[in-house]
Amino acid sequence: MLSVVQAVPAEVVSAVPATGTASAAWLLVAIPLLSAGILLLLGRRADGWGHWLGVAAPVASFVLIAAIALQMMGLPAGERVMTTQLYPWITTTGLTVEFGTRIDPLSVAFVLMVTFVSSLIHVYSVAYMEHDPDRRRFFAYMNLFVAAMLLLVLADSYALLFVGWEGVGLASYLLIGFWNHNPVYATAAKKAFVMNRVGDAGLLLAMGAMVAQVGSVTFGEVLGADLSPGWATAIGLLLLLGATGKSAQFPLQAWLGDAMAGPTPVSALIHAATMVTAGVYLVVRSGPIFDLSPDAQLAVAVIGAITLVFGAVVGSAKDDMKKVLAASTMSQIGYMMLAAGLGPIGYAFAIFHLITHGFFKAGMFLGAGSVMHGMNDQVDIRRFGALSGYMKVTWLTFMMGWLAILGIPPFSGFWSKDKIIESAFVGEGWQPWVFGTVALLGAGLTAFYMSRLFFAVFHGDKRWTAPPDGPAQHPHESPALMTVPMVILAVGSVALGGLMALGGGFATWLEPVTGHVEHHEPVLPVWFIMASTIVVVLIGAAIAWRMYLARPMPMTAQHASALTRAARNDLYQDQVNEAVFMRPGQALTQGLYVADEYVLDGTVEGSAFGLASIGRVTARLQNGQVRSYAGYVVGGTVVAVLAMLASRM
Amino acid sequence: MSLTNYLVLSAILFTIGGTTVLVRRNAIIAFMGVELMLNATNLSLVTFSRMHGNLDGQVMAFFVMVVAAAEVVVGLAIIVSIFKSRRSASLDDVSLLKN
Repeated sequence: MLSVVQAVPAEVVSAVPATGTASAAWLLVAIPLLSAGILLLLGRRADGWGHWLGVAAPVASFVLIAAIALQMMGLPAGERVMTTQLYPWITTTGLTVEFGTRIDPLSVAFVLMVTFVSSLIHVYSVAYMEHDPDRRRFFAYMNLFVAAMLLLVLADSYALLFVGWEGVGLASYLLIGFWNHNPVYATAAKKAFVMNRVGDAGLLLAMGAMVAQVGSVTFGEVLGADLSPGWATAIGLLLLLGATGKSAQFPLQAWLGDAMAGPTPVSALIHAATMVTAGVYLVVRSGPIFDLSPDAQLAVAVIGAITLVFGAVVGSAKDDMKKVLAASTMSQIGYMMLAAGLGPIGYAFAIFHLITHGFFKAGMFLGAGSVMHGMNDQVDIRRFGALSGYMKVTWLTFMMGWLAILGIPPFSGFWSKDKIIESAFVGEGWQPWVFGTVALLGAGLTAFYMSRLFFAVFHGDKRWTAPPDGPAQHPHESPALMTVPMVILAVGSVALGGLMALGGGFATWLEPVTGHVEHHEPVLPVWFIMASTIVVVLIGAAIAWRMYLARPMPMTAQHASALTRAARNDLYQDQVNEAVFMRPGQALTQGLYVADEYVLDGTVEGSAFGLASIGRVTARLQNGQVRSYAGYVVGGTVVAVLAMLASRM
Repeated sequence: MSLTNYLVLSAILFTIGGTTVLVRRNAIIAFMGVELMLNATNLSLVTFSRMHGNLDGQVMAFFVMVVAAAEVVVGLAIIVSIFKSRRSASLDDVSLLKN
């Protein structure tokens, strides 16, 4: 399996102690954490200015990481993997974990994206959440999220990564349920939290296996360890379970759609650009483990391919604007997982797509938020239409994101997604044909559902609500605080991919982490793959144009084919989960309850009742009458003497 | 005269003492019953001492007398103090330790 890839020795650079600005990397985490603490502790007193402190924290982190990135660019490739040890965190016999950070090209690229995008989204939120009485609390949670996300990325051990991993899970829970006075939203938050726990169990077990096999959980030791193929597969699959939970990959994907209950900036930051991509980061970071186990690698690629199609199919049928984008996120992360499952040839492209996706998807979510802002929080795409004339900036920035995700050259998505499709065609046997075809068809589906969304929202007839079936709509452009971040992200959607791809720049930048990979020829000519991708994308967009723009879009969902009905219903993911896990789980707890109530409690209470009854009977003998006591003594003695005499005879 | 007769006498005295303790309500009378039982036992001890031809039983009988004398002092003191507080020396009235 993928033997071509296996033959290439991955020259991963070993870590050196950090110097200069990089040694202050812990401040990246500390600043937003401190800000979150201040905002939460001061409470209402900080309402007036808290949001600006909340904006300042990620901006400060961004400035710091930019300085670290500049320092790293000045270093030779062999010295770019740096670690700092702050203090011994866990010290036991046989296991010592340092509280340390790891600054290398991978984490720097990720942190740059996280801090940049989150700075913009924080600015956007100042205006978006303006009328919310709890804006300060919102910013506190957002800062908490940024701190946890940066800790996740900067950690130099799985244990510390896990702290950040749980931290982003907590922040995600708090923000999905930010409007928890609505029980549906509170349930959505709980669903996300619980499904993430399933994945977290995988990550915990993986750490347990590492401690048992390697005796350490730091990246430096685990990733260089000589694991047996069986253990490498086991650890790889457990890590994959963790990644599927956090990244909403099949089979733990069901929470992401409901997570759209949170405010739109949350969806943009956490459930599109950053947190949900942590699973991809985990797989790429653990690359050397997956390299030891082709089976685990194949599992990653298969999960990615399944989710890619799953998300695209669901996205094609949903009418809720944010849920279309959520399904799209799921599908795009499927692309990244697929790339990460291809081994070293795919790692760089997985991260590349992760970063460009972070820009264009965040941009589109902010655009969706801007549309909701101007349309009384309407999310049904069947009730939009013709907004291009009313919200020019939103329309243009959304268009940039749309072209980027379609992969039209020279927009960002083209450079990253095309590389993934090309890599999917590399290899031997059946894999390149299956993965390549899935990736190619996925591009067509992506084009279809994103075009459907774009046309339905911004073009076509006005299908706005009007009394009596809803509020009268007066669409208007959002304030500058919201449009400027959208414009900046749109510029990124246009240009970032090309800049990063320039001369293979980004892949070279990541080489100290992913190792150098020789170019592999796909099973089909590169020009043919590229041309067919573009053709498939154009076909997808053309079908969407014919179905939703050339013909008027009905204002309510019409009766449709079985597949469409299934996709509208998230391909019955909740029903499956309920039938396979929830109901048997409930039956099990019910059974345990009955067993506890009647068998265990029955035994305990029954024996207690028996002893008490014996006690009640014998208590009558103790009547306080000295003479009857004396009688018992005499009686007892007589019995004892008789027994003695009887034994003598 | 056979030594067995002494043992029979001892058994009769013991039974009389025991019955006294069990059937009489007055504490003083019951106390006398206890004394009678002790002395019946002493008679047995002395008889067995004689039977076996050593002094162990007689020594034991002296111990019993000494202990009985001490016990009489304590016992009578308790009876007197109970009589003082309750104006009664009936054993059936003293049932405070019940339950």
